[in-house]
Amino acid sequence: MNVLEVRDLRKSFGADLVLDNLSLDVPEHTATVLIGASGSGKSTLLRCINLLDNIDDGSIYLDGSEITDPNVDVDAVRRKLGMVFQSFNLFPHMTVLENITLSPIKVHGLSNDQANEEARTLLARFDLADKADQYPDRLSGGQQQRVAIIRSIAVKPRLLLLDEVTSALDPVLVNEVLSIVRDLKSDAMTMVLATHEMGFATQVADEVCFLNAGKILERGPASQVIGDPQHVETQDFLRRVHEAGRL
Amino acid sequence: MSNDSPARDSSSRALSWVPSDREIQRQAARKAIARKKATIAVISSAIVLGTLITFVVTSPGWEVVKTTFFDWSYGGQVLGVVAKGLLVNLKLTLVASVLIGIFAMTLALLRTSRSAALTPFRILATAYVDIFRGVPLLLVILLVGFGVPALGIKGLTNSVLILGTTAVVLTYSAYVAEVLRSGILSVHPSQRAAARSLGLTAPQTMRFVVLPQAIKRVVPPLLNDLVALLKDTGLVSILGVTDAVRAAQIASSRTFNYTPYVTAAILFLFITIPLTRYTDRVLAKSISRQNAQGAA
Repeated sequence: MNVLEVRDLRKSFGADLVLDNLSLDVPEHTATVLIGASGSGKSTLLRCINLLDNIDDGSIYLDGSEITDPNVDVDAVRRKLGMVFQSFNLFPHMTVLENITLSPIKVHGLSNDQANEEARTLLARFDLADKADQYPDRLSGGQQQRVAIIRSIAVKPRLLLLDEVTSALDPVLVNEVLSIVRDLKSDAMTMVLATHEMGFATQVADEVCFLNAGKILERGPASQVIGDPQHVETQDFLRRVHEAGRL
Repeated sequence: MSNDSPARDSSSRALSWVPSDREIQRQAARKAIARKKATIAVISSAIVLGTLITFVVTSPGWEVVKTTFFDWSYGGQVLGVVAKGLLVNLKLTLVASVLIGIFAMTLALLRTSRSAALTPFRILATAYVDIFRGVPLLLVILLVGFGVPALGIKGLTNSVLILGTTAVVLTYSAYVAEVLRSGILSVHPSQRAAARSLGLTAPQTMRFVVLPQAIKRVVPPLLNDLVALLKDTGLVSILGVTDAVRAAQIASSRTFNYTPYVTAAILFLFITIPLTRYTDRVLAKSISRQNAQGAA
């Protein structure tokens, strides 16, 4: 069963066509990894799925119902989605615990005690128990991003969207963030993630999609798309990533 | 985590540190430079202030000014009445600032909302701010103070104190609304995106994510407005409210000695200078906090 279906999605910013008749299926409990150069449309696709950007044409379905219908309750759709941003976007005026429990309490109607307990359990699981009462600016970038991931899964989303979650991090801190995502993968979380980390993509991806000029040029298992790319653009992209030392 | 231990190491090393000869030389040189700068500052201040004082004291009218503006024994006599008047200014400031806070927040929220249902209110709020920011406060006080009673509507107050306060609230709400709105707009859109993607509605996002950050940022300019508000409450004296300005006016018109005005000015300064210093401190703190965040 597909959690997410994207059909013929088109999105442009002015004269710039960012997504060009793009289609994508994400079955339940699978991870789809989007790779491609900066500006290839990865982030825009994720923002469109989360209804943060309006689309020009096509449609998006979540659990079989269209979320791009103009009459859809946007807040209800977002309640089923989790999103993690490249720049963390933690709320600086709230402690780590308050960041994580805000949505469970205010949106999902959990009691304070229950939300706190669940948040502390998640923090403990990812080695952040001692940071619960700290403010985000006291945390390292890697810790902040781990908190942001915990915040997005605290509401038990149907689908988790991760937008280049390690791009703003020091190479040393990348792995502590990626290991959380690996854990989520083994929890069978359904995910769509954009990344430049090819080794990581190979480990977690059920399907890798190479985006080029707003289209998915090549798709398939990592061994095929990353291991044995068919298109010259894919080969070219992977060679440049390799030269940058990220393979 | 592991980032605690390097800090402990470096602090124990700091304790056993003995400055090198070169560092001792540098410290001595820095002290010499600081002494030289202090000497220059004292000399230049003495010259400038000395010239100013000499200029005023040797002016032909100084003797007359001294007795009509700086008659301290008369100043002492009127201190009680003027101070009682200042109490009116303080009460007025207190009441007005609460009302301004509520009204200005409403205006700012209306102006930044995108809800279709609120469109007429958004237009009204914009027009309101445009008008009341553009009309001098004194005119608003005169128009409200003399215009409203002229309407002759039964049940409407004729109290000059209430009418004066209303005029001040009307004008200041427009200013404060703009300060609050600039604070709301200064919160980065990514904060909104994060909140909305967690499923928070637009009003929840405003209430829990945007406003707390916005208000923190505009505290220094709001304190500035509070100082200005306290001073501007003196303008309601034109309606006949017996505030510090009016009390001083009455006292000086009886004797043609203007010392009560100076007394009132000094009393205002007793409140506004500490408030201004406090504002500066809050501002400096918020700047250093922002810089720390930028560095992290």
